[in-house]
Amino acid sequence: MRFRTESSPHMIPAHSVGGVMQQVLMALVPGTLAMAWFFGWGVLVNVVLAVLFAVAFEAAIVAARKRPVMPTLGDNSAIVTGWLFALAIPPLTPVWVTLIGIAFAIIVAKHLYGGLGYNPFNPAMVGYVVVLVSFPREMALWPAPDTLSEMSLGLGQTLQTVLTGSLPAAMDWDAITRATPLDAMREGLGAGRTVNELTTSPLFGTFSETSWEWIGNFFLLGGLYLLFRRIIHWHIPVAVILGVAIPAGFFWMLDPDSFASPAFHVFSGAVIIGAFFIATDPVSASTTPLGRILYGAGIGLLIFVIRTWGGYPDAVAFAVLLMNMVAPTLDHLTRPRIFGRERRGPPPGDGHG
Amino acid sequence: MNPTLTDIIRDGLWHNNPGLVQLLGLCPLLAISGTMVNAIGLGIATTLTLLLSNVLVSLIRDHARPEIRIPVYVLIIASIVTAIELAMNAWFHGLYLILGIFIPLIVTNCAIIGRAEAFASRNSVPRAALDGLMMGLGFTGVLIALGALREVLGQGTLMANAHLLFGDWGHGMTLQLYPSEHGFLLALLPPGAFMAMGLLIAAKNWIDSQFEAEPSPTGDETATATEASPDNA
Repeated sequence: MRFRTESSPHMIPAHSVGGVMQQVLMALVPGTLAMAWFFGWGVLVNVVLAVLFAVAFEAAIVAARKRPVMPTLGDNSAIVTGWLFALAIPPLTPVWVTLIGIAFAIIVAKHLYGGLGYNPFNPAMVGYVVVLVSFPREMALWPAPDTLSEMSLGLGQTLQTVLTGSLPAAMDWDAITRATPLDAMREGLGAGRTVNELTTSPLFGTFSETSWEWIGNFFLLGGLYLLFRRIIHWHIPVAVILGVAIPAGFFWMLDPDSFASPAFHVFSGAVIIGAFFIATDPVSASTTPLGRILYGAGIGLLIFVIRTWGGYPDAVAFAVLLMNMVAPTLDHLTRPRIFGRERRGPPPGDGHG
Repeated sequence: MNPTLTDIIRDGLWHNNPGLVQLLGLCPLLAISGTMVNAIGLGIATTLTLLLSNVLVSLIRDHARPEIRIPVYVLIIASIVTAIELAMNAWFHGLYLILGIFIPLIVTNCAIIGRAEAFASRNSVPRAALDGLMMGLGFTGVLIALGALREVLGQGTLMANAHLLFGDWGHGMTLQLYPSEHGFLLALLPPGAFMAMGLLIAAKNWIDSQFEAEPSPTGDETATATEASPDNA
């Protein structure tokens, strides 16, 4: 009897890059559908367009760098980048804004630094920050959740709006857009109103506006799935959420009239998706356990600080990019002790024995 | 050690360009290149300063004691810049107001004292003058390229406010390429300046590499990306 001999490797790692990214994409589905439920077709149109652009740019730049195209596309990372970017921008964003943002994300933030694994910054967030800083008007047009607005756009109208950048006749931006909870809180507090006045409006659910709360819940579901599949570790998401909630809670207890509650902060805007999907980017995040906690806590703290005293209503992208800069230093300072050595002992194999 | 006149011209405009190769004077280069008119204004002022300072430094090169040569150069440059600042205040007042602090700051442009020390103090007056002019034009060229790029991307115009520089007929020189509310605001902000500068340097290096038949002997790209991977167990 003959045994079939196989050459090594005999242990196939559970996670290939493409497989990991596939799991991330699956985990993004519930939150994305929830967003589409509340904000209409625009979310899905954006996701499709952004993913198409991302893959096209990835293929083009990889070909220009004279690297094999298909294996690179197979790691699915461009799809994740495009998808996350699409979730960050308002649902009716004109197509050229998406194009510019994705071009920056893929070409500048990713491939000018050497491609996947070499990029110091999260590409999707670089793309988002570029368009956020460059096109403040387009980036502020969040439509009212469908449950609130009298008229919602069908698929055809959404496509027309996204592709031409102008609404169908008989509609105007003022009628279909409204301030996000973070915008409303910022404006309201700036105008001297109290948190209590702002949150007693019927739009608010338990913690934040109902729609954003539910979107957060569904992204949380996807995030828990990633945790369960061990695609991500608990350190960063927990640290981000606590990093927002603890300082927010401290100031809220000092002065509940002028600082929103920690639950409002966690369930508004992009904290949940940021904590589970964006801050956990394996390339640009910190990699040691303690480093991850510090990295996540830094992101959370920066989110709270920029939201409360900074110039923008939400700050997940800025916080992630700022902490990306610190991640290599955190890794360096929090290297775990090597087994069998003192903490300050020389690393093995550097000639010191 | 004794470059020919052609070498001086080529160095100033391209091979040793103060903006793209020496990376000197980046502060005004990045801060003022928001529009093309600002770029031209500052470029002309810097070129004049370079030309005059090179001539004066070359004139006194046998008389200034080496121990105190740098303070002497600084005094000369500062006097020239003050004169230019007053002249701009008199004749280009609008532009003077826009450029503001960056005109007096030409004094601190390292390209100027760099050329004084490295070239003018060792060469005859005509050669020093040519070097100053060419370095200035090279710097102005980079400023204008950067200004044009940022202005087109950022506000969709070319030569906006040209009347500040050219008088009344400058009003007709402004080109509106696309409506300015779609401008790419990042290009006008400081990060956009750095990115555009990086792209220009990359473009210059690419052009150089196209013209080089054989690879240059100096390996200028040392591997910097050492990926520290602690988990190699």
